[in-house]
Amino acid sequence: MEFSGVKRRKPWLIGDQRKASYPHSLQFYLQPPSENISLIEFENLAIDRLKLLKSVENLGVSYVKGTELYQSKLEAEIRRLKFSYRESLEDEYEPRRKDHISHFILRLAYCQSEDLRRWFIQQEMDLLRFRFSILPKDKIQSFLQDSHLHFEAISEEEKNLREQEIIASSTSLGGPKLELEYVYKIPFADALDLFRGRKVYLENGFAYVPLKDIVAIILNEFRAKLSKALALTARSLPAVQSDERLQPLLNHLSHSYIGQDYSIQGNAGKISLDQIDSLSTKSFPPCMRQLHKALRENHHLRHGGRMQYGLFLKGIGLTLEQALQFWKQEFIKGKMDPDKFDKGYSYNIRHSFGKEGKRTDYTPFSCLKIILTNPPSQGDYHGCPFRHSDPELLKQKLQSYKITPGGISQILDLVKGTHYQVACQKYFEMTHNSRDPDLDNRRLLTACPVLGMYALPTMPTVGTIFKDIVLREQCVVETAWMVYMTGRRITENDDMNRGEKETESQSLESSVNERKRPGGQWMSVIMTFPVNILLFLYILLAQCRG
Amino acid sequence: MEPFDPAELPELLKLYYRRLFPYAQYYRWLNYGGVVKNYFQHREFSFTLKDDIYIRYQSFNNQSDLEKEMQKMNPYKIDIGAVYSHRPNQHNTVKLGAFQAQEKELVFDIDMTDYDDVRRCCSSADICSKCWTLMTMAIRIIDRALKEDFGFKHRLWVYSGRRGVHCWVCDESVRKLSSAVRSGIVEYLSLVKGGQDVKKKVHLSENVHPFVRKSISIIKKYFEGYALVGQDILENKESWDKILALVPETMHNDLQQNFQKHHSSLQRWEYLKKAASQCPSNIKNEKCGPWLEWEIMLQYCFPRLDINVSKGINHLLKSPFSVHPKTGRISVPIDLQKVDQFDPFAVPTISSICHELDAIFTSEAEKEENQAESDIKHRTRDYKKTSLAPYVKVFEQFLENLDKSRKGELLKKSDLQKDF
Repeated sequence: MEFSGVKRRKPWLIGDQRKASYPHSLQFYLQPPSENISLIEFENLAIDRLKLLKSVENLGVSYVKGTELYQSKLEAEIRRLKFSYRESLEDEYEPRRKDHISHFILRLAYCQSEDLRRWFIQQEMDLLRFRFSILPKDKIQSFLQDSHLHFEAISEEEKNLREQEIIASSTSLGGPKLELEYVYKIPFADALDLFRGRKVYLENGFAYVPLKDIVAIILNEFRAKLSKALALTARSLPAVQSDERLQPLLNHLSHSYIGQDYSIQGNAGKISLDQIDSLSTKSFPPCMRQLHKALRENHHLRHGGRMQYGLFLKGIGLTLEQALQFWKQEFIKGKMDPDKFDKGYSYNIRHSFGKEGKRTDYTPFSCLKIILTNPPSQGDYHGCPFRHSDPELLKQKLQSYKITPGGISQILDLVKGTHYQVACQKYFEMTHNSRDPDLDNRRLLTACPVLGMYALPTMPTVGTIFKDIVLREQCVVETAWMVYMTGRRITENDDMNRGEKETESQSLESSVNERKRPGGQWMSVIMTFPVNILLFLYILLAQCRG
Repeated sequence: MEPFDPAELPELLKLYYRRLFPYAQYYRWLNYGGVVKNYFQHREFSFTLKDDIYIRYQSFNNQSDLEKEMQKMNPYKIDIGAVYSHRPNQHNTVKLGAFQAQEKELVFDIDMTDYDDVRRCCSSADICSKCWTLMTMAIRIIDRALKEDFGFKHRLWVYSGRRGVHCWVCDESVRKLSSAVRSGIVEYLSLVKGGQDVKKKVHLSENVHPFVRKSISIIKKYFEGYALVGQDILENKESWDKILALVPETMHNDLQQNFQKHHSSLQRWEYLKKAASQCPSNIKNEKCGPWLEWEIMLQYCFPRLDINVSKGINHLLKSPFSVHPKTGRISVPIDLQKVDQFDPFAVPTISSICHELDAIFTSEAEKEENQAESDIKHRTRDYKKTSLAPYVKVFEQFLENLDKSRKGELLKKSDLQKDF
């Protein structure tokens, strides 16, 4: 991709040529763009797509994906930002082009670490899923062909032989209407999302997939391709970075985000071991509370529990020494030989702090990871109580935690609807009522990293925090843009946010230089969200232009 | 059988590794025909030595190198890991991040401890002939799925030496599978979900997937003998209360009363089935009819897999023909044709086969004159004269199939090359 500082000349494609370059309202981004664009457009496109992906993320947490509300809000957002999404009579060239180019720009920003890649892939997949869901059926075949997905439909006889099995396996098929459906025979590994949930019929290494279920496969293909592409991009990044115009942009991208979910270094050594018991009942999320209780009661935890709880303790600030002491003290109470502990368990603790083996400083598990992987079995206490506990037992647990009956039934309803994280949010709202005006001076630690928050005693409700962050981020994006455009610093009089004493620009600048500073707490939190990458590039540009 | 004394392990292992361990077959397996360069050389092994000393990233140049090292170090336990991008014993010399696990067999570990909530005869590390049927059912169910649903051809089932079984799936394409697909396979094969907190661990949807249906028909063959007679799961109030926890509350009174009237688990089970088919299934989320019966059978009999063992490409698993340091039993391959007859208590221990060897050796040494010559001759025949022999035969059959497959593939490839 070439960049020119000169005012860009739009390539003049006429009618059919424009249509031909972007024949569909969605795409797999297989070919990078090859036209010239200005730096200004480069940044504009990136910001817009970033806003879009951030909306995708927010909507995905606030609403159930696929519901009417979710779909309509997402559609509105896409339309507002002028990206492509639907076939229409209007000239779709501009939005499709914007979609195409902005995707590739963000690849540059998001290829640089595992966390960034994961986030980017997740939002792009949700976006693609939405667009595919509104694609008319007759357009599907041609889209698949153009995307080089060669799914072969099986013959009538083959279908008849397996009719019963296919109907019994595919939940999307309602009743014996198999004659009307196309069924595709695909190697099982290409149908991962389908076969793992037993939603498709498998025979001799092949999955027999009705057209309706093709979406899952397409998303899988997309994820695989994008993942590979991001890895390749990361490797060729140095060549791009040598371009002087892009150097400040991309330099900042690679330095400002350190690829952790939250500033662990900022937290280390800030809690003492004797605080843990009371913190566990007052401030821990229920998953960790239950693990702590089990550990105290049994003087032991199995591997899954040790991982989940151990990394959490690290995240809230336990140092390696404290962690070793903590676990050893407890295990010894369970009549474990201190030497056995040193031999068998301390290595693992040091490993999780990045002091052994390949020295990865592991981050605590995110909610999604806890909910979706490694479910607990007999003798385990890890997992997410909202996801993994019997509703009856969950109810009893909540009662013992003194949640009001109204709150409990709300939570149970959310659990029934599989909205586990929202249920946890609700739990938080129920257990933390006061809103602390002295927010800046409190350290905000993380335990439910989707939101990136968990509170020490007397923190404002998580719901409010979440809203604050979203608002703040939107403000921050707007603010940074304004700073960039006008070169003007925001003063205290600007009503950009709700009653925070510190000004946005001050906090943004201070964070560029230094991660941890009293009052800079909000920034260390906001730093955790990937959107910050481009925020800082704009601050830098603003400072360059004076 | 000679009783096993763990204190004798160092001596026994010395003899085992010198005379009995089937190196030739072992190498033949892990070399996979030498088709891929350095496949064996890049394989990680880990040894657990005396006094719990654990060393990882062992690798060997060839069969004789492997033999020498094993005889020198006398490992108490041997684990097999992945095939890496470089020789594991040189991994420290490799640039950071470049040393990666690339391929490994798909493995499964089924452990009897995971069934403690549903077996009445034993708990934790103990097993007996009554609960071993759980392993038999597990092998049948999982093996059928691996073969018929996934199309995997080369599956080696091995007794772990104490309380479970392992499965090694060795197809070429399978060794290349990603961690995500491996996880997906385990998920596909999982039905029993939940820890201490959950009472009812199996929930079937109205649509019963063919995998579930076929698994249920396998369980049906064993259920009466294993659960109703052997485990006697409806023997008394204490035990049938556990079953009632899996059944809608509305049925409890009726079942309690009628269970009292019957005299055996068999009768009570029949009654439960009848009651289930009659109960109206209009209560939300509560199923009746055959689903109820199936859910109970599955909770008591369906295999429980440890996903962590299967999903990681670099996960280390106990090697076949390794010795279990606590029981002395050899991890032997299981003959799938005779899985119902497999008896873990009949599996030879290291002391028993060493004892057998001693008996033969003393009588043969009198005939042989050249010690060195007899050494080599012995090594190729020694295990054959012990009770280890039939198990090595099973292993050899497995290797034959691998070879045949490989030849078939090579032929196909060369055919394609000849065609333009």
